[in-house]
Amino acid sequence: MYGVYTLFSKEVLRFWKVAFQTVLAPVITALLYLVVFSHVLEDRVKVFEGVDYTAFLIPGLMMMSVIQNAFANSSSSLIQSKVTGNIVFLLLTPLSHFELFIGYIAAAVVRGFTVGAGVFLLAVFYVQVPVHSVVVIIGFAILSSGVLAVMGVIAGIWAEKFDQLAAFQNFIIMPLSFLSGVFYSIHSLPPFWQTLSHFNPFFYMIDGFRYGFFGQSDMAIEVSFLVVVTALVVLSTLTLALLKSGYKLRA
Amino acid sequence: MAADPAVSIENLHKRFGALHALKGIDFSIGRGEFFGLLGPNGAGKSTLINCLAGLVRPDSGRLSVMGHDVVTQYRRTRRLLGVVPQELVYDPFFQVREALQFQAGYFGLGKENNDWIEELLITLNLADRATTNMRALSGGMKRRVLIGQALVHKPPVVVLDEPTAGVDVELRQALWRFIKRLHSEGHTIVLTTHYLEEAENLCERIAILDHGAAVALETKSELLARGICRSLHIFASHKIETLPDQIRAKVQYINGHSMALRLRKDKDSIVSVLDAIRDAGIDIIDIQVEEDKLEDVFVQLTGERDERGV
Ligand SMILES: Nc1ncnc2c1ncn2[C@@H]1O[C@H](COP(=O)(O)OP(=O)(O)O)[C@@H](O)[C@H]1O
Ligand SMILES: [Mg+2]
Repeated sequence: MYGVYTLFSKEVLRFWKVAFQTVLAPVITALLYLVVFSHVLEDRVKVFEGVDYTAFLIPGLMMMSVIQNAFANSSSSLIQSKVTGNIVFLLLTPLSHFELFIGYIAAAVVRGFTVGAGVFLLAVFYVQVPVHSVVVIIGFAILSSGVLAVMGVIAGIWAEKFDQLAAFQNFIIMPLSFLSGVFYSIHSLPPFWQTLSHFNPFFYMIDGFRYGFFGQSDMAIEVSFLVVVTALVVLSTLTLALLKSGYKLRA
Repeated sequence: MAADPAVSIENLHKRFGALHALKGIDFSIGRGEFFGLLGPNGAGKSTLINCLAGLVRPDSGRLSVMGHDVVTQYRRTRRLLGVVPQELVYDPFFQVREALQFQAGYFGLGKENNDWIEELLITLNLADRATTNMRALSGGMKRRVLIGQALVHKPPVVVLDEPTAGVDVELRQALWRFIKRLHSEGHTIVLTTHYLEEAENLCERIAILDHGAAVALETKSELLARGICRSLHIFASHKIETLPDQIRAKVQYINGHSMALRLRKDKDSIVSVLDAIRDAGIDIIDIQVEEDKLEDVFVQLTGERDERGV
């Protein structure tokens, strides 16, 4: 147990030591989006009944920050350890594949959570956001950052170079998170794009998370919950198998 | 259980694609032994060590540490092993003491282990660097931190993969002293090296690996006895000019008043060689016999000269 805790604290300390880049910078990015988009689109985009567009934006931007940073944490830590070779310090220890998994995921969830909370704390100065259910908000934040943390572990194990990881980030994580309804309600999209959005798991993360604030969403909250949990279970199972096999970690 | 050897290797095979890196290695290392694993670059020394450490997965064969299988009982064996990797790796995010504390933590050791970490810092001469970032250390210091990381959990079997490669003479001596001390305190030491001088100075028993196979496994003295040649240096009162043919064939060099002959231990008798030289009218004033060193045995066995030409 103490072994996992050590890995977790090391991983947290790793991003916290450079919190300027790993926490503050993404918070500021999200706030810039908020200011720009709300200013430009305030009167043009119709979202939920009785919900102000700027307020609507906040959960989306929070969730986008949460998932991007959870992914960044586990993937960048792993690829750095692999490239510099210091991954051996972990591989030489009695830590099991399950313990390695928990250590990396938990720290990435904390990073996602911290950035998300940072966005919220600063955004509420800008606009009033209702809170419908704290449990749903925290639950979706944890589950979604968990999914992305697991994806980060997969990407970190798979990638051999930083540019491969960047490709994963730029061609999978970024488009899926931007097209998941951060800036709009999918009901405002043409039918084709609406249908397509239903295949994007990130859409359910943001939609469920948004329900926690407004008590309304595009999908039923149960559906979103089920999709996110399923994604977490499936991807975790895959990742545990990868870690257990030693794929790309143990020659 | 107490009788189990420190390390036992049975018919170990490892392939990297088409490369057969370990071709059925078979030997064991006794508890408390100072064991040397020698071989030219690419012989498979690190691969063997990494199989033991769990960094490389063997294709077949069995490896155990104090009777515990390294694959099925890896939690036990990794606690028993302290491995100093060959590459000078470090985590640039952390300071020296942090690196040691995290490493101990992975083994489940918390604050109760801090005294030992402080002791390690002192022994490894790193105490004044405890709060220095790993990035800012010299190569020699990084090497010492690696050794410290391998010892944080007080493992009975210490494996060092080329610990003195690329370190200066002074640090090499210091590391030798330190490793000798670990050995005298009861640790089993497994050292890979391609500095033959190092193996000759330190190791009790030696395995020589070449192209993935063990070409010798003996005590140091047995191995040295395998040297089939020795050198005979002769110093004469006059310039050496004429020599009988059977002697001329053995000459390594002639340099004025002195010369060196290369003699086979099994065939050439020193006495008759000296007689023949005296009969040729050479007045011998001194002789010196030089037994082959480990390096020469090594060259005979592997057919390769150490690239650094120790
Ligand atoms: N991970 C790996 N993938 C492919 N080939 C490897 C790997 N590790 C080692 N080798 C090859 O196996 C052989 C033995 O290497 P190694 O065990 O490092 O030798 P040594 O430590 O004796 O110098 C070399 O030819 C090396 O290139
Ligand atoms: Mg090597």
